Amino acid sequence: MIRIEPRQTQSQAFTIGVPILSALIALGFAAIPLLAAGANPIQAYGEMFRGVFGSVFAFSEVLTRATPLIFTGLAAALAFRAKLWNIGAEGQLYLGAMAAVAIGSGVLDLPGILLLPLIVILGAAAGAAGMVAPTYLKTRFGADEVVTTLLLNFIILIFVQMMLEGPLQDPMSLGWPQSAPVLDQGMLPTLIDRMRVHSGLILALILALLAQFMLARSVWGFRLRAVGENAAAARHAGINVNRSLFGVAILSGGLAGLAGVSEVAGLKGYLTADLSPGFGYTGIVVAMLAGLSPMGVVIAALFIASVFVGADSMSRAMGVSSFLADLVVSVSLLCVLVGGFFARYRVVRASTTGATS
Amino acid sequence: MRRPAFPMTTVLKLNGLSKRFGPVIANDDVSLTLNKGEVLALLGENGAGKTTLMNMLFGHYLPDSGSIEVADEAGVLQPLPLGHPQVALAAGVGMVHQHFTLAENISALDNITLGSEPLFALRRNRRAARRRIEAIIAQSGLTAPLDTPVGRLSVGERQRVEILKALYRDARILVLDEPTAVLTPQEADTLFENIRMMTAEGLSVIFISHKLREVLAFSDRIAVLRHGRKVGEMATSEADEASIARMMVGAETPELVGAAMVPGVPVLTLSGISVTGRSKRDTLSGVDLTVHAHEILGIAGVSGNGQSGLANVISGLMQPEQGLIKVNGSEIDTPSPVAMVRAGVGRIPEDRHREGIVGAMSVAENMVIERLDDPDVQSRGLLRREAIDDNADRLAKAYDVRGPGVEAPARLLSGGNIQKLILARVFDRSPRLILANQPTRGLDMGAAAEVGRRLLEARERGAGVVLISEDLDEILGLADRIMVIRDGELHEAPSRDREQIGLMMAGEPV
Repeated sequence: MIRIEPRQTQSQAFTIGVPILSALIALGFAAIPLLAAGANPIQAYGEMFRGVFGSVFAFSEVLTRATPLIFTGLAAALAFRAKLWNIGAEGQLYLGAMAAVAIGSGVLDLPGILLLPLIVILGAAAGAAGMVAPTYLKTRFGADEVVTTLLLNFIILIFVQMMLEGPLQDPMSLGWPQSAPVLDQGMLPTLIDRMRVHSGLILALILALLAQFMLARSVWGFRLRAVGENAAAARHAGINVNRSLFGVAILSGGLAGLAGVSEVAGLKGYLTADLSPGFGYTGIVVAMLAGLSPMGVVIAALFIASVFVGADSMSRAMGVSSFLADLVVSVSLLCVLVGGFFARYRVVRASTTGATS
Repeated sequence: MRRPAFPMTTVLKLNGLSKRFGPVIANDDVSLTLNKGEVLALLGENGAGKTTLMNMLFGHYLPDSGSIEVADEAGVLQPLPLGHPQVALAAGVGMVHQHFTLAENISALDNITLGSEPLFALRRNRRAARRRIEAIIAQSGLTAPLDTPVGRLSVGERQRVEILKALYRDARILVLDEPTAVLTPQEADTLFENIRMMTAEGLSVIFISHKLREVLAFSDRIAVLRHGRKVGEMATSEADEASIARMMVGAETPELVGAAMVPGVPVLTLSGISVTGRSKRDTLSGVDLTVHAHEILGIAGVSGNGQSGLANVISGLMQPEQGLIKVNGSEIDTPSPVAMVRAGVGRIPEDRHREGIVGAMSVAENMVIERLDDPDVQSRGLLRREAIDDNADRLAKAYDVRGPGVEAPARLLSGGNIQKLILARVFDRSPRLILANQPTRGLDMGAAAEVGRRLLEARERGAGVVLISEDLDEILGLADRIMVIRDGELHEAPSRDREQIGLMMAGEPV
């Protein structure tokens, strides 16, 4: 008879080794469809590697792609640490983006030093606002936030489409559902000339560092961890569980809102309804790969961005589908989840005498 | 109390069953016999080993030693292979647990047949199943709406479905684990009538209880367990309440451990506290209680009679609907855990793993979790990690908390050391009032003695202690004054007489 029992300790090697091993296994699995498509996997992965590290431009594209994923990854990681399952980062991203174009595209003609911070703050506030109702429903009525935040995504997206064909539509867009562009002085400056990577990345890195520090070192982080790990004990010890949940909900929504701000005011310049190819959902994958650690989120976001950017260039060079990127990301997530199980539990072969006590 | 309608044929024999869990002896050489058509009551306090014994019979636990024999259909005793519930079921042993094991979203009929059908049958013969169940209902009088989802049935109906399930599987021996604990008195009466109808048909029943009255009224024979041993067995016709109560709680009264002290000023006053909880366990009605400095007040009672409600009120987790709470003479307007801790209440929770510690956080962090706002724990919102670690080192030494270190997750500590961690956290603040809810449950002798010593020490220092325990020995050994909680009401015990307290716990007029 086989029995599964929890491990007493989790080794450091597991924590670090599992994600790395998972990534390698995922690449191994992805070789199967590559072979089926008639491509040489080694050559294909070579192209992928070149697409990521082959030039400054290639790597700058990876950084550009990783930027929104760091924001949404942090949004998911912080909320999940408190066992608040915010699946609504996608919607909150659009709320942030909408706020950015609403105030950044000419309503207020302020100098950049005022306009830019205003866009960032109001964008974050808009994303945070998206978490207020689900968290209220959870703490007051016990409504499952997985359902409420997930469904809000669709409502928000339809609202965005409505706004883009109404009040927010650019009069110069010839009927296209897109917003007016953000004023030049309201844009996040680029980091390298003639490349797309922008200062949203710096903001994301600073926030990741800050989150890491606050989680480990602040009273706020202490309360958050206690609520997430054992809400009953936290409540018994006098920690206001609902207040902690609201706090982290606001932060999580705000971070997701910043992903939208950063995409609009850092990259695209205007808002369309296809601004995000699922950054909100991918953020959940990033957070899980990162083991919900903020600095881990940065690494996981870079990994996933590399896979996507690399797969694009591989697809161009080898003529295979870039859907391979999705496969690699999915399989590596599955491996991390399975690996996480083995890190927490061990499988023992037990006789019936042992199993009955 | 009537003669069984069958000649005395033995259908079940337990021979010298013993079971230990680590250092705890749950059952020690227990032997029992059960005759056909008989109702055997198994009596004992909480933790006396009743449920463990029945779980061995049913194959959930494997005995360390001893054997079981069950009569086959021809009435011949056959040894029962141990440790296999399926085998026990096939041999005709049915068990109805205290906590029902029904699927709420499917009908009573499906619940009854669930598990006795082949896994991959192409179609189910529901009509035949229904006919059989209806025949069983006619014989036993156990009525239940068969087509209603179990989730919509009353507790009494659910219990009947559980029993029908056992009978549907041809149980000849039925074990009922505290069947009346969840029933109203009327439902209980109906249940006993049904049991009588079933035993007239040849079913043999063991029912576990600690309610003396119903045991005396409905059983044929009584066996009493205490501390895992069978301490008495008699025909119900020869038993009386006083003798059974004495057997259940033991004859000797332990000496009070602490020297007598003069009680000081009141440190906790509850007046007219009422709480409507989710169940009987956390419901209180009109509780009055005063604890003085230099005094340990013991709250005795059978589990689930309102102890949780009382503990939740004193620890600030539950706001009473009515009544007044005074700690150290000042009224607590809006009780909360923070308000209680600030008022000087130290709280030792009942479930130390669930409410006492955050297992994933370090020992050091768990030692300051109740006082995050103190200046030696934080400054300007940031944790003072060195001070927190120093505090932990000091407390670990003073309270002998042993484990892999103060930086390690608290879940790695043993149960006794987790309790010491909580004691350290509570006692280090010199609380004026201490709530100790089942403080020694599950601890080994050494750790339990340490808890008692710390409580006495606090009493000496001038603290008042509310000690809630289901272990009467513990209360008699530590408490200066004893109250009994039953059905959410508190009553002062008129004496330290075990028998009398036992009767009060069981709800008998004294």
